[in-house]
Amino acid sequence: MTDLALRPSQPAAAPQPKPRYTVADRAPRRLSDFLLRWETILVILLAAVIIGNTLLSPYFLDLYNLADTTYNFSEKAIIALGMALLILVREIDLSIAAIMALAALAIGSLAAHGVAPPLLILAGLGVGLLCGAVNGLLVTRTGVPSIVITIGTMSLFRGIAQVTLGDQALTTYPDSYLALGQSYFITMPPTPLSFLIFLVLAIVFGVVLHGTAIGRQLFAIGANPVAARFAGIRVDRLRFALFTLSGLLAGLAAVLLTARIGVVRPNIALGWELDVVTMVVLGGVAISGGVGTILGVVLAVFVLGLATFGLSLMNVPGIVINVLLGLLLILSIAAPIVIRRFFGRF
Amino acid sequence: MRVCSGFDAALIRPAGHLLPFTREKENTPLFHLNRPLMPSDPVLTLAGISKSFPGVRALSDVGFSLYPGQVTALIGENGAGKSTIVKTLTGIYLPDEGSLTVGQEAKHFSSPRDAWAAGIAAIHQETVMFDELTVAENIFTGHMPGGTLIDWAEARRRTAALLKRIDADFKPETKLKRLSVAQQHMVEIARALSHEAKVIIMDEPTAALSSHEIQELFRIVDQLKAEGHAILFISHKFDEIFRVSDRWVCLRDGEKVGEGLTRDVREPDLVRLMVGRPVDQIFPKRALTIGETVLEVEGLSNATEFEDIGFTLRRREILGFYGLVGAGRSEVMQCLFGMSRPTRGRVTLEGRPFVAKAPADAIAAGIAYVPEDRQHQGAVLPLGIRENTTLASLGAHVRYGFLSRNSERAATRMLGTRLAVKAAHWEQRLGELSGGNQQKVVIAKWLATKPKVVILDEPTKGIDVGSKAAVHDFIGELAEDGLAVILVSSELPEVMGLADRIIVMHEGQMVTAVTRGGPGWSAEAIVAAATGADHQAVAA
Amino acid sequence: MKRLATYREIILAAIIAVMVIGISIVAPAFGTRDTFVAVLNDTAFLFMMALAQMIVILTRGIDLSVAANLALTGMLTAMVAEHHPDLPIIVFVVLSTVIGLGLGLINGGLVAALQIPPIVVTLGTLAVFRGMIVVIGGGAQVDGANMGANFQLLPKLTVFGLSSIFWIAVLIAVACWLFLTRTRPGRGLYAVGCNPVAARYCGIDLGRQQLIAYAISGAVAGLSGYLWVARYGVAYVEIATGYELTVIAACVIGGVSIGGGVGSVAGTLLGALFIGLIVNALPVMQVSPFWQMAISGAVILLAVIINARAEARPDKLILPRARREAARVGA
Repeated sequence: MTDLALRPSQPAAAPQPKPRYTVADRAPRRLSDFLLRWETILVILLAAVIIGNTLLSPYFLDLYNLADTTYNFSEKAIIALGMALLILVREIDLSIAAIMALAALAIGSLAAHGVAPPLLILAGLGVGLLCGAVNGLLVTRTGVPSIVITIGTMSLFRGIAQVTLGDQALTTYPDSYLALGQSYFITMPPTPLSFLIFLVLAIVFGVVLHGTAIGRQLFAIGANPVAARFAGIRVDRLRFALFTLSGLLAGLAAVLLTARIGVVRPNIALGWELDVVTMVVLGGVAISGGVGTILGVVLAVFVLGLATFGLSLMNVPGIVINVLLGLLLILSIAAPIVIRRFFGRF
Repeated sequence: MRVCSGFDAALIRPAGHLLPFTREKENTPLFHLNRPLMPSDPVLTLAGISKSFPGVRALSDVGFSLYPGQVTALIGENGAGKSTIVKTLTGIYLPDEGSLTVGQEAKHFSSPRDAWAAGIAAIHQETVMFDELTVAENIFTGHMPGGTLIDWAEARRRTAALLKRIDADFKPETKLKRLSVAQQHMVEIARALSHEAKVIIMDEPTAALSSHEIQELFRIVDQLKAEGHAILFISHKFDEIFRVSDRWVCLRDGEKVGEGLTRDVREPDLVRLMVGRPVDQIFPKRALTIGETVLEVEGLSNATEFEDIGFTLRRREILGFYGLVGAGRSEVMQCLFGMSRPTRGRVTLEGRPFVAKAPADAIAAGIAYVPEDRQHQGAVLPLGIRENTTLASLGAHVRYGFLSRNSERAATRMLGTRLAVKAAHWEQRLGELSGGNQQKVVIAKWLATKPKVVILDEPTKGIDVGSKAAVHDFIGELAEDGLAVILVSSELPEVMGLADRIIVMHEGQMVTAVTRGGPGWSAEAIVAAATGADHQAVAA
Repeated sequence: MKRLATYREIILAAIIAVMVIGISIVAPAFGTRDTFVAVLNDTAFLFMMALAQMIVILTRGIDLSVAANLALTGMLTAMVAEHHPDLPIIVFVVLSTVIGLGLGLINGGLVAALQIPPIVVTLGTLAVFRGMIVVIGGGAQVDGANMGANFQLLPKLTVFGLSSIFWIAVLIAVACWLFLTRTRPGRGLYAVGCNPVAARYCGIDLGRQQLIAYAISGAVAGLSGYLWVARYGVAYVEIATGYELTVIAACVIGGVSIGGGVGSVAGTLLGALFIGLIVNALPVMQVSPFWQMAISGAVILLAVIINARAEARPDKLILPRARREAARVGA
């Protein structure tokens, strides 16, 4: 603190008694701060994944292979963006996969009746939005933890899909609708629509979260919901909006997934909620709220997506890949804690 | 490195000449040297206790003793180190330096269990109990009778006996959440007794009690005293200290500045010791013409918390709200601020009816509320100074839809400098600042909303003396700048030093309102009203 | 110490009774002894797992890895049986419990020592445990024919027509009840869940309590794994997929608070029984079994909403009582 007094004082903005010391505008930039940022760790992890895979498989860097692999994670990644905001404000939505099932059911049934693709898309988005709003209402009105509410709505939404569909599958879709999910939206470089949507949304989310007043308010809610409310932030309104948004994104993911696989069963997207939460947590968004970046989530999406792709190129079964991803999740959270504990504070 | 004891240090301060006491060495009676001060050997002796936290020296070379059958009052302002003493004695903090002696044995408490084992039990300031568990379990958690299997019959029997001993009228099986605050305190006392404690620490036990309940507590204190327990009694209220204590020890800024027999000391002397200078000097003198009415409140009521609150507030006026903790003052203010809805009543702001459905409405209308609980309601500790300062006024920094960092920085620099916030840089996390500087940032956040009415709820609670003076000066400046200020405080000198008028609340109702220099403007009258003495007389 | 059942448990029991009577009237086939035996036998796993989950939730935690633990332990035990079909039953019981306990200790260790949020830890171990089945078993399933007679004997034993699995669940329930009401570590779970700071003041170690909770959860899941595989006569990767959520649902319906510190053995058993009844009643009532999920979802939501109403934080009640009454009448 003493060295502060030695710095030249800057002109005060208003006529004041001259301050005894000057407070710097910005934190001193230190290399260790940059290196210890979660995003830096993720970039290193991503580089390791890419280099490792390139060395192990000649097919990894093939442009079309890479494009095709984005199909496997783009839908989840889209939902992860909404989940990131929810976890940032200390909430969670475990019902997203069930919302997808319900939205996919709506799309599939309407398609079976010959409804046109634009309406199918609207139906998917609408069902998602509605389900999300139900979650939001229940969470903000009852004050019950969202993990409990969304476990309930998860059963409810998927249950409704099961009741309606039984053991049937919906398999008739207009070709123009299937084309959304099964052909490249841009041919060079080959880019599927779902990946393009993810990229655009990631930029939008990043800009809103890190550049606007709403984003700042979300950080404040996550860091201290009570103080946020005292500061005039309409906490419940924002929470409701985030759950609705999460539902809408699940609806969008359902539209893309249905178009890609061309079949809807009640167990569609089963277990996705845990994959999505893994993406977000690995992305550095703290379960305890108030900490996280969209960049981190995007990097985590790529780390998980490319690691999965690389391992599958090496014929590692999907469930074994899950072991590695589970370990990655635990180790990436545990390692910084262990390092900090053994080497003191950085 | 300071080598002299706390008391000597006080003597060399500017205020030292005010102290009527001198002393040769530790544990020598201060007064009436030929009268026996200590009826027997001390049960507990602290010597040379020091404790530091990052950035704060909480205790510095503190030493005193507790004697069986005596109540020792530990006095000092908020932040003087009283709670740190309690936590040191109960094994929650490990002191950096110094020794604890229980009986003849030197002790080293590394956990609360060690403190219990040594016969020290505490009734904490914030109740540390289990709402969902029964009275018996709250008393015996941590030292249940029986071996691996709990002997519930024995626990119940002993609980019943303990409750009978302190004349408590509830059952061992009752869940704690069904009890009143006063009854919960009884449970804590029973818990202390269950440890066969030789030393019982009471950390502001009367803060949330009604006057009747306080009398009840004193009865128990007298009883414990008669049974030979040593009691360390911590309180801000001098009437209580003079009522129950035999001896006193005074702390200021983490150092002991005096001790002695209660019967030999007068209140003004203690106040001077606590504060370190005559009380009058603290507060800025203001000679202002009070302006036009800004806020009018009529018959504001809530079904369970307060009723029929009415007052007017004018520009350049400081209106004090005084009362005991739990008198309903914060509830009234939070209602005005839109945190809760009144069941009845009318609020007029600048001549127009005003209804706040949420704090956002109140902020938009020009009301700012600096909450009582800084840690939970005021500060967002993980965020930086800049982010905290602009949090309630983000709209002012939006350019083309985005937040402008430059605009935020300019506002932060301006307000932070004006409030003399001490920090390394404006991006520093609020959690890294001292309590006083956190409070300054919280106040800055509210000033950034450009309010017409500023409500400050216990603005100096738990902050150091230096920051306190800065906040006091600043409250005066706010009024000079033409704002209307409501000051809610439990510290009488603060309210009387700053406010133009004082409204006294008791049990959710306004008992009286006094104007500076008018009838009833005396500490005795205001305290009497706040403790319900007046009120009960009127009711009877 | 406590009354046998709280008010809300009596209500839940009443609802279950009304349901049983109602279903029996609509579908007389339901009201037979055989059905009740079937319901209890079927729900036995849920009884055990829900009790173990409750112990974790009491500490403000959650264990999402229980179903994966069950599947992994079941597979490992089955593989041992495949190679040594003549081992006595007790070996399988002990072995599965120990394996499950080990897996639970991994969760507990990460939660207690590193204080990583339990949902993150058990989300990770959920994937790891489930995947290890393939890594260790090579993705093949173990059929009942290869497990040996001893291995599959236990679930076939019955007492009063009820299977041994049910009686094991009863034993576990009694043990849980004794543990949670009569022992210091058991009460410590409530203390840390109710108020971690106060528990620390009372000398109760949070980490130790967490370790105990996850260890119990793991051990019960492991034992269930053996019983599950022995009962259904097959061990494969997808056993009990998603069962963790049913288990948590049983707790929530039974009045266990996700916020920690609140929950009872009786309530949890009733919550599990409720789900078990629905699962078994639907086919009898000729309702498509697909309704099961939707109904349990709706019930969870109803249960927590009613709970939230009942437990809404009361005001501070500052006004003297007489004034409060007056204000209420006036308003």
